[in-house]
Amino acid sequence: MAQEREIQNVLQAENLFCERDNRVLFKDLNFTAHRGQVIQIKGSNGSGKTTLLRILCGLNDAFRGELTWFSKPIQDHWEDVRSSLIYMGHRVGVNKVLTPHENLRWSVGLSTSVINEQIDHALGEMGLRGFEDSQCFTLSAGQQQRVSLSRLLLNKSLLWVLDEPFTTLDQEGVNLLERLLSQHANKGGVVFVTTHHELLLPNLTLLDLG
Amino acid sequence: MDQVTTIEAFTATLKRDLLVAYKRKNDIFNPFMFFLIVCSLFPIGISPDPARLGEIASGVLWISALLASLLAMDSLYRNDFEDGSLEQLLLSPHPLYFLVLAKNMAHWLVSGLPVVIVSPLVAYMLSLPDDAYWVMFLTLLLGTPILSLLGSIGVALTVGLGSRGLILAVITLPMSVPVLIAGTLTVQEALNGASLSGYMAVLGAMFFGSLTLAPLASATALRISVT
Repeated sequence: MAQEREIQNVLQAENLFCERDNRVLFKDLNFTAHRGQVIQIKGSNGSGKTTLLRILCGLNDAFRGELTWFSKPIQDHWEDVRSSLIYMGHRVGVNKVLTPHENLRWSVGLSTSVINEQIDHALGEMGLRGFEDSQCFTLSAGQQQRVSLSRLLLNKSLLWVLDEPFTTLDQEGVNLLERLLSQHANKGGVVFVTTHHELLLPNLTLLDLG
Repeated sequence: MDQVTTIEAFTATLKRDLLVAYKRKNDIFNPFMFFLIVCSLFPIGISPDPARLGEIASGVLWISALLASLLAMDSLYRNDFEDGSLEQLLLSPHPLYFLVLAKNMAHWLVSGLPVVIVSPLVAYMLSLPDDAYWVMFLTLLLGTPILSLLGSIGVALTVGLGSRGLILAVITLPMSVPVLIAGTLTVQEALNGASLSGYMAVLGAMFFGSLTLAPLASATALRISVT
């Protein structure tokens, strides 16, 4: 059974087409995401990377083509997708007046039950020990990004959709996130990530939007 | 680590919004202070004569409450939209209806409830005849949540727009006017000594109607705004 699930297509796209303001962003886009795969979406600025990621999360429905979730049409299964998804966009979803701890308590608590120790532990892992109770506007952009990335440690989600997660991280943070991505893939998770940075991961697939 | 129930997600959102409101104390008190200031200007601007004030008191209280609610509305989704929390809310596996309801409820608790609580005092200041205090209080208690719920639709529709200006008022006010009419009419009829059950029933119907339908509209509007 486990073997059978291994080979299942988690997410598959056929002939995906999207245009914005009469400009075709991508057309005839096909890809399949299996368990254990990290898919890096490449492309120049404005090539539709963010749009594609938002389509995969259901935040954008202005597209044509087929999307399937475990071989079933995704339109009928958005709830399943959402309950196994972590999305991090350009706007990282960190409220500035709340502390990192309070932010995670809510954003993780929306889908998974967590206890305070788990949150503090995750923040510690992400290098934010000592900042648990500082309001987020006192943190740097990189630290806020780390707060948002802590969700990766707290949710046992199958699908990670990360839009430019490396931008504000320092070298140590980049290494940490790369390690998390490869661990997630090894555990059978799926990652979609956009970045201009060279990822050195064994199970990396490139998807070029031109 | 287990999945949470919708009720837990509802409480988490309610608690979080109350916490955010608590940490932005200035924003909370703005609508409340606005309400007090507008109400206290009427005796100065019109006449301190109790008979004349008593006649317009219910209208003054209701209009001020409506404007205060409108003033408070903008903060409902804007910050969440700008920092990306709104996307996280939309990506939750739970029905958006309940999460929107939690946000509306938190918003009313901090912006509407203080106005309701202080309204008997302001009614006294405006020489509203004694027997209408309770009716005034009850109509506002039923009415301000309706204003919040309806306002939420307008905010949800406009949250993605760069410059909003008056558009929020243009969308929200036509929906709020029936509530204003029902509210002030109830108080007027109480002053005339009429039976109130019919008027209160209309307000109650508006309350439950907006409680069940408005969050659905807000949820859909939020999805449109974010995409």
